[in-house]
Amino acid sequence: MWSDWANWLGPAEWQAVRLSIRVSFWATLASLPLGIFVAYVLARWEFPGKQVLNGIVHLPLILPPVVTGYLLLIVLGRRGYVGQFLDQWFGIVFSFRWTGAAVAAAVMAFPLMVRAIRLAIEAVDPKLEAAASTLGASRMWVFLTITLPLILPGIIAGAILAFAKAIGEFGATITFVSNIPGQTQIIPSAIYAFLQVPGGQEAASRLVIIAIVIAMAALLLSEFVARRVARLVAGS
Amino acid sequence: MTLQLSVRHRFPGFTLDVDVTTPPGVTVLFGPSGSGKTTLINAVAGLLRPDHGRIAADDFMLLDTGAQRFLPPHRRRIGYVFQEGRLFPHLTVRQNLLYGRWFAPRDAQPENLDRVVDMLGIAPLLSRRPGALSGGEKQRVAIGRALLSAPRMILADEPLAALDEARKAEILPYFERLRDEVSIPILYVSHSSAEVARLATTVIALREGRVAAMGPPEQVLSDVAAVGAREVASVLRARVVAHHADGLSELTTAAGPLHLPRVSAAPGTVIRVQIMASEVILAREAPIGLSALNILRGTIVEIQPGKGPAARVVLACGEERLAARVTQRAVAALGLKPGQTCHAIVKSVAVAPEAVGHGQRHQASE
Repeated sequence: MWSDWANWLGPAEWQAVRLSIRVSFWATLASLPLGIFVAYVLARWEFPGKQVLNGIVHLPLILPPVVTGYLLLIVLGRRGYVGQFLDQWFGIVFSFRWTGAAVAAAVMAFPLMVRAIRLAIEAVDPKLEAAASTLGASRMWVFLTITLPLILPGIIAGAILAFAKAIGEFGATITFVSNIPGQTQIIPSAIYAFLQVPGGQEAASRLVIIAIVIAMAALLLSEFVARRVARLVAGS
Repeated sequence: MTLQLSVRHRFPGFTLDVDVTTPPGVTVLFGPSGSGKTTLINAVAGLLRPDHGRIAADDFMLLDTGAQRFLPPHRRRIGYVFQEGRLFPHLTVRQNLLYGRWFAPRDAQPENLDRVVDMLGIAPLLSRRPGALSGGEKQRVAIGRALLSAPRMILADEPLAALDEARKAEILPYFERLRDEVSIPILYVSHSSAEVARLATTVIALREGRVAAMGPPEQVLSDVAAVGAREVASVLRARVVAHHADGLSELTTAAGPLHLPRVSAAPGTVIRVQIMASEVILAREAPIGLSALNILRGTIVEIQPGKGPAARVVLACGEERLAARVTQRAVAALGLKPGQTCHAIVKSVAVAPEAVGHGQRHQASE
């Protein structure tokens, strides 16, 4: 049964699917702590320039993805403003690597993740946090024992949304890390590549089905998990 | 423990300016809404940072703006019981109760969980989540949670205000037990004179951000400047003698015997009875053929005319003081003067049950 499935996709298509999942998984996981932090800052802190930060976070949502990809290339590319130092000092290279694809996916998915988590944080009553502080919990402990559990549904929803967005990422990825099979060729760029060659439609449509299935599954899972956790957290 | 409270804080259109030192026991911050009670208690908890101030519990400095010292709330070790309970919805009742113990210092000696659970009657709730609890149950858990965090003192911000009368009657005794059994200092915010009469060792009456009066409840509650003419009341200490079959309880006070609607305390216990001045009628002669059961004989010590048509007449009945709010016309008609003997008539049913409480008020200061 599984081998039928495996044979249904060609090796190049399988490669793209596996890579897509890996890229999206790490993109989501690695950006989650920063996403929670930024969401918390936007929800709870008041400081000059807050709107600027909000704008920067949301920029990838509005900018043409190619522009985002180009900016990533200038900043994180091997000769980029930051990329050259990362290469020299730490030997970290993003360009034309799957890690670069993950960075592009993370940046593109970041606004969605932050939005979902920010909404969850804004729904937490600050009075509960104040109550925890009077019981002896420092800010860090208040966050870990009160805020974090209460926003868990939002975090899960945000993470799954980001994952689905990362799976569908195309423009920024192809601009930043190109379209190298086995290295940076994820599902959308594979579909694009198949459509450029004669007779590639069939492979392309198989990947299209996979993309739809993954996106749907992610959305349903996010709904399901968020509801379960919400019930657990609300505790009635 | 004494609490030094010196706070000055400006809000738009309102300034809180308080400088008092409270003796041990239960201190009730008493006043109408907007008088600055919650601001003051939040400054003690560290949830509000006043413009200027110095707050110290004995030698332990919580705030000293002069020395740039502000101890953050989590290091003040204060058990705060909020008006709305504020239980953590994702934790069980047991986890809520033990939350503060996590953070209490090692050498602190927190209350025993079983003892507190027992005292508050919340044993059946331990494994439940707060979402499923009634208002009264939530408030009992909130009291337990504050107590179990090994606090130096308990703060309570109108913990009964969100409850109906039946639930209030359910919770008040627990605060009396805190005062009498745990003997932890309590700073309690209230706008109800009945709660003041039952709980307070010391009352601080706040009016528009300033201290209008401070002292024991029987003194402050009978002070027009502190509570307003309509709210003037007397607080008597009374010993329960017997419960009668017709639903009345017989009590003795220094002012004389009282018959009140059945009180919950057992015979022999000392309770406090709050009698509103507006519920007291005065008579020069001992009245006969009157339906009122309580007639207390006393000597007029003070007649204070109010701004309106009313006057406050204070009688010395034995060692107690009893205030009556009557019209100035009546004062003139009866020819009332200080030094005269007078009879105060109190209708039994005029004393609300919530105004009757256990009264070991002086124990904490001894």
